[in-house]
Amino acid sequence: MKSKISIQNLNLSIGKNQILKNINLDIPENQVTIILGPSGCGKTTLLKCLNRLIDLEENVTITGSIFLDNEDILHTKSDLPGIRKKMGLLSQRPYPLPMNIYDNIAYGLRINGIHNKHIIRESVEHNLKQVNLWDEVQHRLKEPASRLSIGQQQRLCLARGLAVKPEIILADEPTSALDPLSSTAIEKKFVELKEEYTLVMVTHILRQARRIADYVVFMYLGEIVEHGTADEFFNHPKQEQTKAYLEGIFN
Amino acid sequence: MQLSIALIVLVLSLIVFSIFYRGLPSLTWEMVSQTPKGGYYFGKEGGVLNAIIGSLYLAFGATILALVMGLPVAMLMNIHLRKFKKLVNGVRFLLDLLWGVPSIVYGAFGFSVMIFFGVKTSLLAGIITVSLFILPIMIRAIDEVVRNVPVGLLEASMSLGSNKSQTAFMVYVRQCSSAIVTAIMISFGRAIGDAASVLFTTGYTDSIPTSVMQPSATLPLSIFFQLSSPIQEVQNRAYASAAILTIIILIISVLSRVISNKYNKNKIS
Repeated sequence: MKSKISIQNLNLSIGKNQILKNINLDIPENQVTIILGPSGCGKTTLLKCLNRLIDLEENVTITGSIFLDNEDILHTKSDLPGIRKKMGLLSQRPYPLPMNIYDNIAYGLRINGIHNKHIIRESVEHNLKQVNLWDEVQHRLKEPASRLSIGQQQRLCLARGLAVKPEIILADEPTSALDPLSSTAIEKKFVELKEEYTLVMVTHILRQARRIADYVVFMYLGEIVEHGTADEFFNHPKQEQTKAYLEGIFN
Repeated sequence: MQLSIALIVLVLSLIVFSIFYRGLPSLTWEMVSQTPKGGYYFGKEGGVLNAIIGSLYLAFGATILALVMGLPVAMLMNIHLRKFKKLVNGVRFLLDLLWGVPSIVYGAFGFSVMIFFGVKTSLLAGIITVSLFILPIMIRAIDEVVRNVPVGLLEASMSLGSNKSQTAFMVYVRQCSSAIVTAIMISFGRAIGDAASVLFTTGYTDSIPTSVMQPSATLPLSIFFQLSSPIQEVQNRAYASAAILTIIILIISVLSRVISNKYNKNKIS
């Protein structure tokens, strides 16, 4: 198992609150890694460290290292937009850009210096097909993205992220605002996408984790309690806290 | 509540009514197509074309200048300086103070700077002074909306690899386009309607300015001069000028609504 991201001794506090405590974790390449845990345990914060969106927050102190392909992205001198571009983000609720459907996907290409209309057009079509949205929107590409349903918007956000050719896809409870059908569509897509991408997904839905996880990380109160392959984790948990969580008697 | 609404509507309609009641009879084609013939608006002949054109030049110039300066500041406060909330709140407080400073103070300030540089009253000096006067309004009006943009949109844009300035001018500007149009509107209204800040800086003249270095007439000052005349007919011409000013603002409002609705359709909720 080759690791794509390696987190070492990561500690993070906001003000005086320590949010993440001594996180050490290797995220395997081309697999779906699920970060599980109750609300407020630091899952989202951990995700935000990976693409350095944490930089937008106030009063953050952060120590440790996060290696992405052997480059420490917490202490790197190379440009942040370049690092973020490598990691597509799917948030809890979709935030389409305030533009039409076509431009939502074209935007990422344009800011990265691609202006050839032909290439953009092809990318829009290809990526919308990737997320099974093309058939639904191909005749209304010039309509505002805000007119799509939430489920369609989330798929559009995935397509938009894929268009800039990331290596990793980070997802923060991407199905929590969606109906069951759209959720299933996203889940299926994730399983397909691991051929080409490394996926990291935060969720608190245990059943969802069972369905798609290859590797599972269980966090509680800012610490990693246990992590391992899905089989190990679900069938032979080592820690008492994990067992309790899996049996649903966790407080 | 109904009473206060009724009162407000009543007072505002009375103002508009009195402007048009006294102004309309004097509002002839001559008024809007000729420059004054009696010298500094004291005569009964001619029109206020010089003031209409001067005011439009001044308000457009000042609004554009304030937008060019103000839009980046509002974006900077909410995107680049996100982490420095105390600093940004300090700036907001300062801008609110500046919003409340009477325009005559800006006029006096502009005048003293002009003396320092040896510049005479001119359209350019007026444009710069008025743009400073409307800048706090412009910034705060945009800022109030930009600060409420959901952080998820910022994160979405950043995670696609855009930097902060691209996010500001390609994503936020679209998201806030109707607010920006409103801010332009309010600022334009203040710029075209203000008399005190242009009194020392733009001056007054009977001719239409042909360069930004020439003094220029403005509608508010022409109203002021005409109203101070003892002659009834000249006073009525002041109301006609006020009616012209009101109509200009009306046209700008309608236009900006149309434009902002056109752009607003892409906004995400």
